[in-house]
Amino acid sequence: MAKIFDVAVIGGGVVGLAILRRFAMAGLDCVLLERGNDILSGASKGNSALLHTGFDAPPGSLELACMQAGHAEYLAIRERLNLPLVRSGALVVAWSEAERDRLGAIIDQAHANGVADVRPVSPEELGRMEPNLSPGATGAVLVPGEHIIDPWSVPLAYAHQALAHGAEILRRAEVTGGEFAAGLWTLSSLAGPVRARLVINAAGNFGDRVETILRPSPFTIHPRRGQFVVFDKPAAHLVSAIILPVPTERTKGVVLFRTAFGNLAIGPTAEDVDEREVAATDTQTLNRLRERALAMLPALEGVGVNAVYAGLRPATQFKDYVIEAVVPERWITVAGIRSTGLTAALGIARHVEGLYARHFGELPSPPAPIWTPVPNLTEGLPRPYMQGGEIVCHCEWVTRAEINAALAGPLAAGGLDGLKRRTRAMMGRCQGFNCAAHVEAIFREAQRGAP
Amino acid sequence: MERRDVVIVGGGPAGLSAALRLSQLGIGSVSVLEREPSAGGIPRHCGHLGFGWQSHRRIWTGPQFAARLRHDVEGLDVRTAHTVLGIDGDRLEVQNTDGVFELTAARILLATGTRETPRAPRFVGGTRPSGVMTTGALQAHVYLHHHKPFSRPVIIGSEWVAFSALLTCRHMGIRPVMMIEARDRISAPWPGGLAAGLLFGVRVRTRTRLVAISGRDQVDAVELECDGRTERIPCDGVILSGEFVPEASLLANRPDVMLAGNVHGAVKTSGLCWREGREAAERIARGEA
Repeated sequence: MAKIFDVAVIGGGVVGLAILRRFAMAGLDCVLLERGNDILSGASKGNSALLHTGFDAPPGSLELACMQAGHAEYLAIRERLNLPLVRSGALVVAWSEAERDRLGAIIDQAHANGVADVRPVSPEELGRMEPNLSPGATGAVLVPGEHIIDPWSVPLAYAHQALAHGAEILRRAEVTGGEFAAGLWTLSSLAGPVRARLVINAAGNFGDRVETILRPSPFTIHPRRGQFVVFDKPAAHLVSAIILPVPTERTKGVVLFRTAFGNLAIGPTAEDVDEREVAATDTQTLNRLRERALAMLPALEGVGVNAVYAGLRPATQFKDYVIEAVVPERWITVAGIRSTGLTAALGIARHVEGLYARHFGELPSPPAPIWTPVPNLTEGLPRPYMQGGEIVCHCEWVTRAEINAALAGPLAAGGLDGLKRRTRAMMGRCQGFNCAAHVEAIFREAQRGAP
Repeated sequence: MERRDVVIVGGGPAGLSAALRLSQLGIGSVSVLEREPSAGGIPRHCGHLGFGWQSHRRIWTGPQFAARLRHDVEGLDVRTAHTVLGIDGDRLEVQNTDGVFELTAARILLATGTRETPRAPRFVGGTRPSGVMTTGALQAHVYLHHHKPFSRPVIIGSEWVAFSALLTCRHMGIRPVMMIEARDRISAPWPGGLAAGLLFGVRVRTRTRLVAISGRDQVDAVELECDGRTERIPCDGVILSGEFVPEASLLANRPDVMLAGNVHGAVKTSGLCWREGREAAERIARGEA
């Protein structure tokens, strides 16, 4: 335990990984502790994979600032990390007179938030833009800057870049306690004790529990469950833009969106649950989601469902993010990052870096950045099967070489779920009917060979 | 660009019997494109008896039948590890170990078979632990990889394939807890239900529906519903059997192709698929659509 890290990040979700990347690239000695057997095994595994502009975020909020900084940085770095971008734009569609009456306020808020290209769309223009959309829309708002990204490769790329800059990522490393003495934190974890000069709590759905290591938590996590239904690939060409509902006070509502992998999905629901660990789906809700999708897009009739999933968003009693530095105890809290976390992560990392510089000292002059492009899984960029090789998963055209690569290296898949997220094997229409036994045999083989 | 008289997509019983018949009838250049490393189709991983009667008047296990089908087409152009990515008119986009190339064919026969409906489209509720799989995936685990994914599963459905699941379980020393069927009676013809009870000691419950699956890493129970009452049954796996859907994604562009075997119609035995492949070959030889 001789080593003393500059920064220990608790939580290997997209937010924790973006923070780890930021500090590692700034030249600090960093470690991340993740309780799951792999990164992205909590809130980050079940989101809607959208890159938001913040057009509908609360004006003046920290959430808005982080989203806009995150959106801009993603666009600036994505090509060097081989990360995809589907420039779909979004349409907020009103389906009643009452909803139409609220579109003006949405445009005003977008403009106030600095998203200047947001504009109204008449029902006629909407019909031309999205001819498969059910008739009956009363109006819409176009948000050109809303895009579709890959929810798993993005944080994976952040993790790899952090590793390239010397960071360490510990998995199966649930933090069970910690002590602060003489300017130094000693965290106890299932992977052993870790010493660091600063702790950053990015523990997602467990943020309030981790916070009690420092103090009675000033926030309480009330996990909000979101269920999704993913349709088979023939559905993706039925819409072009992300179709958003007119939001309510409580939730952004159920979204119909293409995925970067060439599917069409609908979700999330917003259900307050007590469960933090695993997100369950239920038949009734899934049926309702499918019906809602069919109502908006009648041509979906007969298209198969490939997957269903649920995620847990770490909501708190506060509307905005809870990000603050506790200076005497050298601790930074990053909590309550809900559905906007994927977009905002890079911006949150910049904000946290700012807190560090203000309260804990100047950052060293950073070394030249190392870029770590990740394998592409999406339809918009070249895929490995195009160059040949043995295809193992025939629905998603995943090659043996891709699977081998995901099972090797310092961030090798920690479980089958992690392997799926890194390769998309078994994520297609047959859900493993054809390849699961083969993929799992390869996985078991790799586990036997692993140290 | 390479041009063939006939390209058969899929090297299972239907595709291979069509290839054999076309060669017997003296049709020029015929290629079978099979995406798996080995031809033979689903019978490759059905380790129990019951294959070969309609085609060869013998009774074999699935792997024996698959081996015989491969033997029948020896010397013909059967290209394994060739994945057809798409069909557009008479052009096929094909992937193999060297990359992606195009092939044209005067006639295309699609014999891509079928698959069972997995968990997601059934909208079963609950968590997503491991140990939930179709019969096909179970058979591949057991017969191709000698792996026992669970020891006390519940079997969902009672079509013939559910009894194939029972045989597969028995082969591996897996003891199913129960077989459930949502309808009033089991779907397979008599004496299937009797066989399940007498031969395998497995309780069969009709009018019973799978509502949810629970467990964090591995399945620990299922929630069943029968006549409005729900019940929790401890188990460590779920076999989702039947509810076959055609493996028809290559029909997305509505290409002008002929179909044979389980890619169309109600699910059939391998023997009937074999016969359909043969009949399709004869229609192609006669120049029929």
